[in-house]
Amino acid sequence: MQTPALDPRHFQIAVLAILAAFGAAGLGIDIRPLHLVVVAAVALGTQYLAGRLAGLARFDPLSALVTTLSLTILLRTDGPGLAALAALLAIGSKFLLRVRGKHLFNPANFAIVTLMLASDGAWISTGQWGSAALGALALSGLGWLVLTRARRAETTVAFLATFAALLTARALLLGDPLAIVFHHLSNGALLIFAFFMISDPKTTPDAAAGRLLFGAIVAGLAFAIQFLAYRPYGPLLALYACAPLTPLLDCLLGGARYRWVASSLFKFTRQEKSDATHATRGLGRNDAVPVRHRAGLLRLLRRPRGHRAVQPGLAGRAGPR
Amino acid sequence: MLVRDDDRTVITMANDFQGDARDFAVVVPVPTLVERGQVNVADMALIDHLDAYTAPRLVEYHDPDPCRSYERMEELASARVPMAQASEDAAAARKRGVTIEASYTVGEYDILVLSAEDSGGLVAWLTANGYRLPAGAEPVVRSYLRQDMRFFVAKVNLEEQARLGYTKLRPLQVAYESPRFMLPIRLGTVNAQGAQELFVYALTRSGRVETTNYRTVRLPSDTEVPEFVEEEFGEFYRALFSRQTEKQNGRAVFLEYAWDMAWCDPCAADPLSADELRRLGVFWISPPGGGAGRVAPQGQDVFVTRLHVRYDQAGFPEDLVFHETGDRSNFQGRYVIRRPWRAATSCDASAYYASVNERQEREARVLANLTGWELADIRERIRFLGEAGEPAQEPWWKRLWN
Repeated sequence: MQTPALDPRHFQIAVLAILAAFGAAGLGIDIRPLHLVVVAAVALGTQYLAGRLAGLARFDPLSALVTTLSLTILLRTDGPGLAALAALLAIGSKFLLRVRGKHLFNPANFAIVTLMLASDGAWISTGQWGSAALGALALSGLGWLVLTRARRAETTVAFLATFAALLTARALLLGDPLAIVFHHLSNGALLIFAFFMISDPKTTPDAAAGRLLFGAIVAGLAFAIQFLAYRPYGPLLALYACAPLTPLLDCLLGGARYRWVASSLFKFTRQEKSDATHATRGLGRNDAVPVRHRAGLLRLLRRPRGHRAVQPGLAGRAGPR
Repeated sequence: MLVRDDDRTVITMANDFQGDARDFAVVVPVPTLVERGQVNVADMALIDHLDAYTAPRLVEYHDPDPCRSYERMEELASARVPMAQASEDAAAARKRGVTIEASYTVGEYDILVLSAEDSGGLVAWLTANGYRLPAGAEPVVRSYLRQDMRFFVAKVNLEEQARLGYTKLRPLQVAYESPRFMLPIRLGTVNAQGAQELFVYALTRSGRVETTNYRTVRLPSDTEVPEFVEEEFGEFYRALFSRQTEKQNGRAVFLEYAWDMAWCDPCAADPLSADELRRLGVFWISPPGGGAGRVAPQGQDVFVTRLHVRYDQAGFPEDLVFHETGDRSNFQGRYVIRRPWRAATSCDASAYYASVNERQEREARVLANLTGWELADIRERIRFLGEAGEPAQEPWWKRLWN
């Protein structure tokens, strides 16, 4: 068992929390404390319960916290009920919508887009982050990339590069000044999306080439939505629509399954039964790994005995390592 | 004025053009072809009414006699804020390569809808026909043409105007259907003669409207200001707006009013009737006579957003793009005057007078912060209350360092 230390999610949570605080205090973004509490409670609760039902080895609150903060930063709802539903959808999608042992959608993206399409009471404010946050975001984004040792940075890089290239091509074609390109690229919401959403290693292809391709396709679709169909929220909608490409690209290109550095606080069972993540640590990034693929739903039904051993770990007594 | 639901949009353009009507022209890029039936001339009173209804306002509260306990509240008339909109003027000559897709007269306006292969040709044609475009407009015109937009141009037909008997320019309305929920502002920024000022009144169904490509910021509101602001509320508001624009580095759109039109309490002006709303283009309201009364107090199903922006090329390189949020919470620019009790008192009110003095000092600082006015000038104009309720002599050191 590895010791915690540098799970990139720790850093991600810290950066997202700072962003949320800056957005609320500095930019006057309507982040309501009640919503934050509700989203956190529902996300963690869903993660815990679904984790137990699915027979996961441990309760890992980090991803649920990342999702909580992503939802808090990006999603606006007119009541706490929709915020709670968003958290439920986000974490629920991780456990229910699985293909080849991976969850299909980025949880926060799935919840935001599903709610936006289904309800008038949920929206995102893409303009509200302005471009003042540019420096801070670029730095934090870079920092995060460094921290993950750029192992999975290809998606972000490919997305931003493709989006920038398309914007530049459009500006040249229309004879517009490049100020318009910079204006779009410095949009805070776009950068948050690029560094903290599409970068999610769990929902992007396993092979580096696949991630490059995936990032580029999402960028192309986002551009088309925004500048050819003239609809808002291009990047979020594009990521949502492109989610099924990930298993397809995995099928075609293979690649090593990503695994967070194990650093969970709570263990469900005494034995290490890493099940949601098929370990690849120590392997080169392009080494193909034999992976046991099982549909999430099946696992959910098949592993009721995961429940029995839960208590000791939860009571605070860490199991033997 | 933008009215929108789904992709249907009705835009009403009002202008503060002051000069001779023969010098007036409108050149606006539109996303679709606009036929005769899609254009209408509206009544300026409609816009004035909506403007008054949504204007930032000043409310006045009188402190009660500190020796008794009752309360009274009074509403002051809201300040009318002058409106402005980007305008493009006319004068010059030549022609080439331009398609006149439609040409008609509506009310006192001669209207053309133009498309062109080439921006040079269009600019030359417009110039030749007496439309003066700002210098440097051609690249912007080219960009719009390449985005497949048409140009809607209107001039005042002086004969028609004389026949109809209107002396003031009435607002033009255009109804069209397009996914693009935007306002083209770039033509207004090319001549760079300082910043342009624009008010956008959006009437929608589900909630507040905001820009997707710029920050939409709430104007500071619900603050207590010194009593003398009543005499110069217009100036106060303009100074406040300038200061807040500066604070956002000239890069923000300001929200001044967001309200569910089903009610307002209290209202700065009478709510708009169903008939008025329909004439403004709110197409989802049933026509008058169909049961809707003169003033329908409830169930208007209209949410109004008032945005105010001062823009130039540096801060706003791109057109304003909007979206409708699900936010139905109400917001208004509201400033409060609290009148101290200045009449005689029948008890020892020194604690009250001390609190008033403190409040007056606080109001002075708030006002200085909101408007950028000098604190010393503000203090000079406040009728500070002394310890016994008499007009206070300000201590000499109060203005020494701050």
